Amino acid sequence: MSLVSIDQIHKYYGENHVLKGVDLKVAPGEVVSIIGRSGSGKSTLLRCINGLEAYQQGAIVVDSQAVEDDEYKLRLLSRSVGMVFQNFNLFPHMTAGENVMLAPKLVLGQDSKTSRAHAQELLEKVGLGDKFDAYPNNLSGGQQQRVAIARSLAMSPKVLLCDEITSALDPELVGEVLKVLEQLKAEGMTLILVTHEMNFARDVGDTVVFMHQGKVWETGPSDEVFASPQTSELQSFISAVL
Amino acid sequence: MSYQLNFSGLLPYLPQFAAGIWATIELTLISTFLGLLLGTIGAAGRNSRYRVARTLWGCYVEIIRNTPFIVQLFFIFFGLPALGLKLSAWQAGMIAMVVNLGAYSTEIIRAGIDATPKGQWEAGKTLGLSRRQIFIRIVLPPAFQRVYPALVSQCIIVMLGSAVVSQISLEELTFAANFAQSRTFLSFESYLLTAVLYLVLALLMRQSFAFAAKRLFKNPSL
Ligand SMILES: Nc1ncnc2c1ncn2[C@@H]1O[C@H](COP(=O)(O)OP(=O)(O)O)[C@@H](O)[C@H]1O
Ligand SMILES: [Mg+2]
Repeated sequence: MSLVSIDQIHKYYGENHVLKGVDLKVAPGEVVSIIGRSGSGKSTLLRCINGLEAYQQGAIVVDSQAVEDDEYKLRLLSRSVGMVFQNFNLFPHMTAGENVMLAPKLVLGQDSKTSRAHAQELLEKVGLGDKFDAYPNNLSGGQQQRVAIARSLAMSPKVLLCDEITSALDPELVGEVLKVLEQLKAEGMTLILVTHEMNFARDVGDTVVFMHQGKVWETGPSDEVFASPQTSELQSFISAVL
Repeated sequence: MSYQLNFSGLLPYLPQFAAGIWATIELTLISTFLGLLLGTIGAAGRNSRYRVARTLWGCYVEIIRNTPFIVQLFFIFFGLPALGLKLSAWQAGMIAMVVNLGAYSTEIIRAGIDATPKGQWEAGKTLGLSRRQIFIRIVLPPAFQRVYPALVSQCIIVMLGSAVVSQISLEELTFAANFAQSRTFLSFESYLLTAVLYLVLALLMRQSFAFAAKRLFKNPSL
């Protein structure tokens, strides 16, 4: 039984046909890496999964909930789907701890004591137990991204979407964020990552999805896809980035 | 130029000046509070997903920003009674100031909101917050902080502009000055004293806002 099931999605931005019949099934606990050139529709696909973008045709079901263009349903859906962004999007006027506590308090109605304890626990988990009271602008990019991950986890999502979450980081900070993702995988979290980290996709990911011109061009188990890409597009993409 | 300053001639009118200062402070405190509240609601209205709300707030803002304050005041005080709405000078002056600050601060706060990165809304949405929660908890506080200096200046402009309400015989500071001047003919002294008093009020206001900022904005450098 798939946790995320995407069936023949079509997405247009005006005249621009961005997703042209995308299918994707993600099992619980699976780590899926979406790779492909810039503009191939990776972000758009991810943003359709949690309803940040509406799609025009096809169907997406996440955790038995249909993803529809309906504000109330999308709010319910957002409890099952977490998202981490390339540029963190932390709330600048709140401390790391407050960033993590906000949604559990407002959305789940947790009392301050519970959400505070939970936030502390999550920050410790991402290696930032001592940064509860730090403001985002006093944290490094890698630290900010780990806070953002903790903030998503606070809502106990079933699946975590990550859109190039290491792309805005200095190279030496990438590792600490990827380590958190590895740890999440080990705990059984379902991850869908748009990434340029090919080594990570190959070594940690279960499945690779290569997107090209708005379609899933090629997909399969990570080791196989990287060892023997079938299409010439993927072959040239891999040789260009590795 | 051999004018003999005669401030002691104003001494008998100190009670009037004191009452005037107090009235100006009271007008300013209340209109600052209500005006900023109105501006915040206005900024939300200008940002509403309903077009009617956006248009209505837009009209309000443009009407107020493109007409003289004194005409707004006279309209409220002398014009509205024609519609059966009779207001005291105090009520009319207060309403004029609140409505005026409301319009200007709507535009100022809106500019702060417009500068919010789209990712802030998206982060709130993916965490399951409602539009309203995102607006109040995530968008508004940094927006307010961004435009705080402009808001402070606007509030001071409104305080200084309150001099105009002396025209409907509201007994604030300028009214006291006019009164003392007309009795003593010490025009120079009356208005010099009044100017200094407004200056002191304005500086005090700036200080108070700076003090409030320290409490309001826990992260001083967003
Ligand atoms: N908000 C938007 N409005 C209009 N076009 C967009 C928008 N976002 C993305 N696109 C277009 O959709 C296509 C796919 O973009 P995207 O999903 O961001 O690609 P990727 O993440 O693979 O680089 C591109 O042609 C891009 O120009
Ligand atoms: Mg992208």
